[in-house]
Formats: sequence, C-alpha cells, structure tokens
Amino acid sequence: MPIAQEKLESLLRAKFPEALLEIVDTVGDQDHYSVKIIDKIFAGKTRVEQHKMVNTALAGHLGAALHALQIKTSAV
Amino acid sequence: MRNIFEEIEKTIQENDVVLFMKGSKDMPQCGFSATVSHILNQLGVEFHDVDILRDPEIRQGIKEFSDWPTIPQLYIKGEFVGGCDIIKEMFQAGELQEMLQEKKVIA
Repeated sequence: MPIAQEKLESLLRAKFPEALLEIVDTVGDQDHYSVKIIDKIFAGKTRVEQHKMVNTALAGHLGAALHALQIKTSAV
Repeated sequence: MRNIFEEIEKTIQENDVVLFMKGSKDMPQCGFSATVSHILNQLGVEFHDVDILRDPEIRQGIKEFSDWPTIPQLYIKGEFVGGCDIIKEMFQAGELQEMLQEKKVIA
C-alpha cells in the first residue's frame, strides 16, 4: 500500500520544521522513496540516532504502507 | 518459552560481526541485504549471518531489540551499527573500515 509524496512530506515536515527536505519517488510508484534531510538538530548525533528520529516521524508507515525508504541525514 | 532477546544478545556477543538479513550470505533474498553482505565480503570480514526469513520470531524480535524497523541490521562487537543506507554511507566514506580496524575485526 503506497503513500502519497505529499503525505510523506507533511509527516517529515511536522517532525523537522526547519529542515531542508528532498524527497524523490525513485521508481515512480509512491512505494519507493529516497529522502534527504539536512537539519541542525542532527548535530552531534550518530547516524543510527539520526535515522531513528526519521523512523519515529514515520512511525507505523515504514514497513507497512511504505515498502522502501532510502534515508540520508546530515547536520550541514 | 523462548526468550528471543536473550537469543539475540547471545548471538551478538558470541560473534564479532553479525548480519541479520533476508536470505543467507551465500544467497541473499533482498537487494539491501545483498548490498551489505557484498560490502563485508569486499572488506574481507568474516561474519555470522542470521536469515530472518527462516525465523519469524527473530524477524520481529530483532526489530524491537534494535528499535529499528527494517532489515538488514549489522552488529559489530555487540553494537548496532546500522542498516543498508548507513553501512553504504560509512563504507563510501571509509568509516566502516576504520571502525572495523579500531575494533580489531580486520587488520
């Protein structure tokens, strides 16, 4: 069950209001996305911690509605 | 009753490098698992593979244990290092090699 890109964006935006967000529907089927999030709140956090913050923002959707999500995070 | 967390803990303590994956290292059943497996092979890392497709309880258990929703998951010396995206990024930056050397897994 896919998820609309607008929905994905609003979920991420709610959690990372200040971030630079880049979302790409990699296959064009609303089921495989690549997201790049640049936000200073990631500063000083490990990659695992950063990705967990993203996973939390999408809680319940990842692995259920969303088949594949490629995540890249950075503070700068 | 089976204690899944205890089993996982034992596995990651007894093996320096453990990859929880879909399929086996000889026959990965998912592109993301295959990617991490290839990276480890390329670095000459001996690792223990756990095929979560063969064990639904471990499949669910490892997600809760690591607080991580997806497979594959890589553990080095008992520590959760990441899934496919993180491992790929670390490998490309040379950080994975550094970590493995620091932890005396590779020379």
